[in-house]
Amino acid sequence: MSAETEPVKAIVTPTRLEYEFTAAGTHADFLARIAEGKLLGSRCSECGMVYVPARGSCPRCGVAIEERCDVSDKGTVTTYCVVRVPSENIDLKLPYVCAHILLDGANIPFFALIQECEAEDVRIGMRVEAVWAPKEEWGATFENIRYFRPSGEKDVPVEQLGDWV
Amino acid sequence: MSDSSGGASFTASHVLEYDYRRSVGPVLGRFFTALREKRLVGIRAADGRVLVPPAEADPNTGAALDEFVDVGPGGSVASWAWVHQPRPVHPLDRPFAYALVRLDGADTGLLHLVDAGEEARMSTGMRVTPRWRAERSGAIGDIECFVPEDAK
Amino acid sequence: MRNVGIISFAQSRYVRHEAKRSEVEMLLPVVTEAVQASGIPKREIGFTCSGSSDYIAGQAFAFVGAVDALGAWPPIAESHVEADGAWALYEAWVKIQCGQADSALAFAFGRASMGSIADTLRMQLDPYTLQPLGIDSVSMAALQARALLDSGKASERDMAEVAVRSRRDAKDNPDAQLKGDFEVDKILAEPTLVSPLRRHDCPPISDGAAAVVIASEEKIRELGVPAVWIRGIDDRIEPHQPGVRDLTLSPSTKLAAERAGGDVASLDVAELHAPFTSQELILREALGLGDGVRVNPSGGALASNPIMAAGLARIGEACRQIWSGRARRALAHATQGHCLQHNMVCLLEGE
Repeated sequence: MSAETEPVKAIVTPTRLEYEFTAAGTHADFLARIAEGKLLGSRCSECGMVYVPARGSCPRCGVAIEERCDVSDKGTVTTYCVVRVPSENIDLKLPYVCAHILLDGANIPFFALIQECEAEDVRIGMRVEAVWAPKEEWGATFENIRYFRPSGEKDVPVEQLGDWV
Repeated sequence: MSDSSGGASFTASHVLEYDYRRSVGPVLGRFFTALREKRLVGIRAADGRVLVPPAEADPNTGAALDEFVDVGPGGSVASWAWVHQPRPVHPLDRPFAYALVRLDGADTGLLHLVDAGEEARMSTGMRVTPRWRAERSGAIGDIECFVPEDAK
Repeated sequence: MRNVGIISFAQSRYVRHEAKRSEVEMLLPVVTEAVQASGIPKREIGFTCSGSSDYIAGQAFAFVGAVDALGAWPPIAESHVEADGAWALYEAWVKIQCGQADSALAFAFGRASMGSIADTLRMQLDPYTLQPLGIDSVSMAALQARALLDSGKASERDMAEVAVRSRRDAKDNPDAQLKGDFEVDKILAEPTLVSPLRRHDCPPISDGAAAVVIASEEKIRELGVPAVWIRGIDDRIEPHQPGVRDLTLSPSTKLAAERAGGDVASLDVAELHAPFTSQELILREALGLGDGVRVNPSGGALASNPIMAAGLARIGEACRQIWSGRARRALAHATQGHCLQHNMVCLLEGE
């Protein structure tokens, strides 16, 4: 025992809980499809919105969604964030940019990392494309897509992005 | 809707793990400091009962409490539950009892473990005494467990 | 006090492990059924409240995902309790009492099968003196069962009889998970799990959801649907440390029943949220239930124990007894915390 006579001021309480997550329903459908190199969306029959990743119910209408459709792995930046603060579990060179990307065919943006350009070059309206991991490394995981990079296409004017900006 | 997935499902293990550093305040601080010194203390409630672990406020009136009382180290088992098949989350890797131990001088039960060896050795009312850890930090785990008094 | 009635109830067919659907996909049909059966168009429901536990999902703010099942556009008035859905119902009832809504949806859900639920529930315990001991919910309940047996108020046979009756009655409940004919002597011959509890004294692990729609009397008259009236609702909590309490009694349940205006003598049915057989015996005594009251005709939490929905399901099952004409007055009880620390009593009456 230490010779310390100071009264106890604090205790450390470790917590550990173990789970076996089951991805089921549309989550599983999305993962099965990304393992094939495709991004699966789902289309609400009532409002027509296409959600990606695919989800089993429409958050607007509160109804089940049956229809599935692939969406493109190319899209447009609708907003972005330049991160200059290091984070314990993130092994990226600072600054890095994460963005909301409205994939072609989808009605809600997809959250992803942008690389292969300077942070100050990222802008709303910028066209980007997914950079996939080598096919032999694919699994049922988001990690199949390493990041998005500028595609070189002409920017989409901000006015055309409508509600998504 | 729900069956259109064709039955695909994926499983992944996930561990939610974090440490919190919690300030203990003066009442629990006194309790834990005593544990580090191999002593046990309770606190006197408004109605004269001695509460272990000590409470910051009276359970009936809500009044702040501050009269500490030495209790134990031995006591008697007020209730117990025998864990036949301990799992990794349990502190002991052999069957043991969780028990409410009414320490000598206390009027309430302290929850802890009793390492009695076998279920037949357990009984309500039996006398137990703490087995202290060699290295103590000022926490409830400074007592590794209680053991039958006559086993020492 | 406004008169508030329950006008619909829906729940999952509870299962050991919901492997085919996400939480939202599991919840959506239950919420949809409850809202459709209420006769109130979804967009006109005045308030929505959910009960769930993020620890069960293993993610912070997991409960937010459930809003996907609600069609929250235009934005809705919504709340959440990190508690059993019975408390979501209570908040909804208060909302109607305050005149801020005329109707409300209360729901609850969870996939307890994904984690180790007995250990997850340890997170409800005091982190300074109780959690570090690694005690799980079954061991806590076993301490209470031992105290009950030591008091002489009940025997292991009494506990086994609760188990047998519950699973037998569950055979008549299409939504119940654990059902069948068991024999008291065979149960008593089995070894204990965490003594004195045997496997049969413990609840199953259940995944599922439950939902209830309530409305003010004016709204109900307008709809012309049969209501189960909430004649009284109250909840009381006891001190947290198990060593401070007499675990063989449930004074909070007794007090909640009194405050709810309980006239136990006139009850036909009591749906008690007792995941452990020993707890049913303690609750019966606290409420002073005589032999004339049918306890847990649904099978209770011993037949299906969807954590966070089991209390709300007791309220719903009591309503089913009334709507089907099998009862006129019922008591529904919900509990939280270990060893019946916190208890709600709801008194229900048919037209």
